[in-house]
Amino acid sequence: MPEYLVRLVQVHESFRKAELQALAEITGVGLGFVLYDEESPFCIVNLPSDTAAQDVISRGILSHGIYELWGKGSTYDELHASVKDTSRNKWAAYHNLPFRFTIDSYRGSRTSSEQRTIIESFSYFGFVGPIRMRDADVSIKVFEDYDFKAKTPKQLFLGRFIAKSGRHAKTTYDLKKRHYISTTSMDAELALLTANIALAAPGKVFFDPFMGTGGFPLACAHYGAFVCGSDIDGRSIRGTGGSARRGQTGKMDVVGNFKQYGIEGHYLGAFISDLTNTPLRLPRLEDGTTTGGYLDGIVCDPPYGIREGLKVLGTREELGEIERQTHEDRYRDPNYIPPKKPYSFIAMLDDILAFAATTLVENGRLSMWMPIANDEDIEIMIPTHPCLEISSVCVQPFNKWSRRLLTYRRLPDSEVSQEGLQIAKKDYEKGIKADDLNGFRRKYFEGFKEQQKLKYEAGNFNGIGREF
Amino acid sequence: MKLLTLNFLTCARRTCKTSPSSFPLHPREAELEILESELNLVFLRNILPRLMWSELRGIGEELGLPSLPESPPSREDLVTKPSPAKPSSVTEPSSVEEEGGEGEEVPSQTAKDLHRLLLETTIKEGKLVCGNCGHEYAVKEGVANFLLPGHLV
Repeated sequence: MPEYLVRLVQVHESFRKAELQALAEITGVGLGFVLYDEESPFCIVNLPSDTAAQDVISRGILSHGIYELWGKGSTYDELHASVKDTSRNKWAAYHNLPFRFTIDSYRGSRTSSEQRTIIESFSYFGFVGPIRMRDADVSIKVFEDYDFKAKTPKQLFLGRFIAKSGRHAKTTYDLKKRHYISTTSMDAELALLTANIALAAPGKVFFDPFMGTGGFPLACAHYGAFVCGSDIDGRSIRGTGGSARRGQTGKMDVVGNFKQYGIEGHYLGAFISDLTNTPLRLPRLEDGTTTGGYLDGIVCDPPYGIREGLKVLGTREELGEIERQTHEDRYRDPNYIPPKKPYSFIAMLDDILAFAATTLVENGRLSMWMPIANDEDIEIMIPTHPCLEISSVCVQPFNKWSRRLLTYRRLPDSEVSQEGLQIAKKDYEKGIKADDLNGFRRKYFEGFKEQQKLKYEAGNFNGIGREF
Repeated sequence: MKLLTLNFLTCARRTCKTSPSSFPLHPREAELEILESELNLVFLRNILPRLMWSELRGIGEELGLPSLPESPPSREDLVTKPSPAKPSSVTEPSSVEEEGGEGEEVPSQTAKDLHRLLLETTIKEGKLVCGNCGHEYAVKEGVANFLLPGHLV
């Protein structure tokens, strides 16, 4: 298969491979990695054709573009030899077309006279067409990869431009320009990335059980999915809780966001509900009946219990007779607010998995974010379910904690092991206070002191980690 | 909320989940609104096998909407068959045009009706009632509230 060079961006490194794999799966083409390094923005992949390369990259968020690889080497002599060896037969096709020749140096730079010398050294291509820096028919690029503070590049590539990525969507969906956001809205780049990794695509149905102001549904709808969401706080959906922006007044709601991007036709609607008492149909119930899932994907960023409280319906203490009666008498009152209680974070994650196992179609994806203190045993901390197979784990590190994007694939029923389904009842944190129920929250507000102590015995660290 | 969502919603009470009468929820005093949107054949094709057809028919009838056929349409029913008479017409056959015509699928009346019902008909205000326990969920500004009061959790 021909080799292509993907010019990645050097951010969210651990998401890049997962995104490319997901994009290949959405497009339905085989993609193999030939060269990939977390430290480098240059990645070489195998793809069947130029069209496939274009299709894969057109939705990419963590890449700039894709190039047909014409050669590689660690010095210019090697590069020239490699180019002459692998691409000689390709030059003639571009012989008299308008062309463009540029240099892309990562962690290094070249003066314009140096650039000129490098470009001139490829004169044996014999291109006689006019040079056009804009709208050229063929665009050739030399890629230089330097080590940090190095004088000379360690790796060189040459490629012919095929297509640019979909990274511009990041600007379109930028939170700064969004009509309506809240304090915990997910950054547009990461929301779009989540949608890509969860395989959001035209005609699919996606759901977010913790939608807030609808960041994830918006991202999924951008890729053509039909979306629906819910949240325990109705004010965030209807937009009656006020705006997170200082001084902003007027009607701001989730529908308004969909209208801003012209995708309101893809918004199925939202409802107020709690995941532990969901109104959604649960086709596979305990009695083993299977009528099939109906969601192609679930994407969510559950509340961590820090900026957003982690609560479910119910009361901290068992209701007495009189209290029950009061609720029964008053619940029709328009001002009635149902009681809520703090909930165990681990239990919540397992509930999400169980919900996904029931409602997802075969091979549907669940992508959820999960915070973790850096000292915890990560292997143990990744929740599992017999019907779900982990397909990728991506990490966004912060100072003393990190958050992970966990993506699961709903296994077809035939692949689910029957023994696995007999899940042992787990013990969750017990208690009625949020701190007792949520270990992450407790550590967060203690400023991750224990782990600080372990790591920097004599260090002088102050207070709480970075806010998110 | 678009009418399609009713195809996924039941009563939020756990005790009702096992009872067949908790699905679908019955709209009452519903104020409907038509919000036009572009028909999407890919989506209709994808969602068609996941529809609970007889329940959907029931909801349509309860809301006094044009009734649906008794059995669900097939995926093929969503597009109109390209008329075989066209290529043999008098006009000069242009190969480019023909190719374009073949790729472009024309949604059938069935697809249009389904799109109208599922994606353009929305509930703005009203109630959704569980057929099993009779609990009423209010719909305000197109957003239904499924939070259960303290004594029902």
